[in-house]
Amino acid sequence: MKNLFAKIILVPVLVSLLAGCIQQAPAGNTISPAPTVSAPQELRLATTTSTCDTGLLDVLNKKFEEENNIKIFTLCDGTGKAIATGELGAADVVMVHAVQAELKAVANGSFINRSYMMYNYFVIIGPENDPAGVKNASNAADAFRSIAAKQVPFISRGDDSGTHQMEKSIWKAASVTPAGAWYQSVGKGMGETITTADTRGVYTLSDRGTYLAMKDRIKLKILFKSDQTYLFNPYHVMAVNPAKFPNVKYDLALKYIDYVISPQGQDIIGSFGRDKYGEALFTPTADINEQ
Amino acid sequence: MSSADFLFQGIIRAFELIFSLNPYILSITGVSIKVSGAATILATLTALPLAFAISFLNFRGRQALITLVNTGMGLPPVFVGLVVFVMLVPAGPLGLLNMIYTQKAMILAQYILITPVITGISLAAIKAVPKPVIETVYTLGGNEKDAAVAVLKEARYGIITAVLAGLGRALAEVGAILIVGGNIALTGSVGGIGEGLSETRTLTTAITSETSKGDISTSIALGIILISLVLSVNILANFFQRRD
Repeated sequence: MKNLFAKIILVPVLVSLLAGCIQQAPAGNTISPAPTVSAPQELRLATTTSTCDTGLLDVLNKKFEEENNIKIFTLCDGTGKAIATGELGAADVVMVHAVQAELKAVANGSFINRSYMMYNYFVIIGPENDPAGVKNASNAADAFRSIAAKQVPFISRGDDSGTHQMEKSIWKAASVTPAGAWYQSVGKGMGETITTADTRGVYTLSDRGTYLAMKDRIKLKILFKSDQTYLFNPYHVMAVNPAKFPNVKYDLALKYIDYVISPQGQDIIGSFGRDKYGEALFTPTADINEQ
Repeated sequence: MSSADFLFQGIIRAFELIFSLNPYILSITGVSIKVSGAATILATLTALPLAFAISFLNFRGRQALITLVNTGMGLPPVFVGLVVFVMLVPAGPLGLLNMIYTQKAMILAQYILITPVITGISLAAIKAVPKPVIETVYTLGGNEKDAAVAVLKEARYGIITAVLAGLGRALAEVGAILIVGGNIALTGSVGGIGEGLSETRTLTTAITSETSKGDISTSIALGIILISLVLSVNILANFFQRRD
């Protein structure tokens, strides 16, 4: 009896384990023959939904991949998750937009080579008839205050993304603790949050890029923008610290960062969206340095 | 445009995408079938021996194993995803395997999810085999092995149903593979439908991300393929169930 049990159980388990190992071998094999027409190297980029949903990365990464024979695996999750992914060593490089969270992650030794690559502005979007009178606000905090005062529905990302962190800091500046049936947290990416807000015709905070990329498909309008104090939205790229995770591809990450802030990369960022939306979705930092 | 137009156009475009054999959609379908297929094969290799051991042998921990299988049949996929994620990230205990955000990680998560399903349904199929079948084998001088073979023959349709049920669950699952696979597609398809191909993006995870971008037509196209696949699996399962 015992014997039969052992056979029935052990043999297939061993076979499947073995199969797993065999499958594993080629991928884990680092002693590959001298590079002739070598297979592309792989770089893992964790980033926010705005760089993905706008299509910027398709254009920006393509050139880099072709020129360096590198395949980029992009994880589009929101800034909070992207930073967490890097902190766990599951990405090589991150592209994010939440200054406070970035500085904290650099200070705890998770990231190095943090570089300023581009910016745009957050915008408050909502129904055209603007029941909260956001259009006439003097600044973003003022706009949020009138939304809260009138208890007009507002959709929050609620996912600890860069946009969500910006939203929280505006509520703080407005001295309002958003709560109640009018304030709804969806825990989703920018595109889906805009879609939800649009379906219900209510307010939300968006980065300008994602809004412009979606504006033909939705009814919501930009009601408030260009507030230097509250709505400025800078993006940074940074490499996962190889001292913390020796397996990350630090050299490739550095190469990518150098490319993004190079004249070539900055050019692509600065012209992205002009043909389709009549204006660039992001402003490259090179433009600041020129001024 | 009216809401009916929006839906109608979405469906038309969806069929265009499917019938033009759009490479992005094809690659996503391929990853779905590959991952769920591999998970089903590995799960079957574990589940069948397990089901036979539980049915024929009396060993210590047998009852605990049955409880484990029953609990496992209802495991929430997101929870399995979370556990596999925590194990596989480089900061985790199995980080050195370098498996996070790969198809292997997805196969592992689905393997954990569907092994109990296949085991549980196989157990029921084996139990349904009439006692005289086994008794006859022993009467004719056979041993346990012969008895197991006879039961396997007798319960084969039920077992095939079990395997297909596992495959169906794997194909329809989204929570676990989204977390451990990362829904990755290569450049060219990050912001929209392009020439980029799926790496760890499946029909289910792609529907979540395409819907989030507001690309409803692509979502509908993926949905139609997903439902066709799951339906085919279920029709097949039904066919075998009826032969039983």
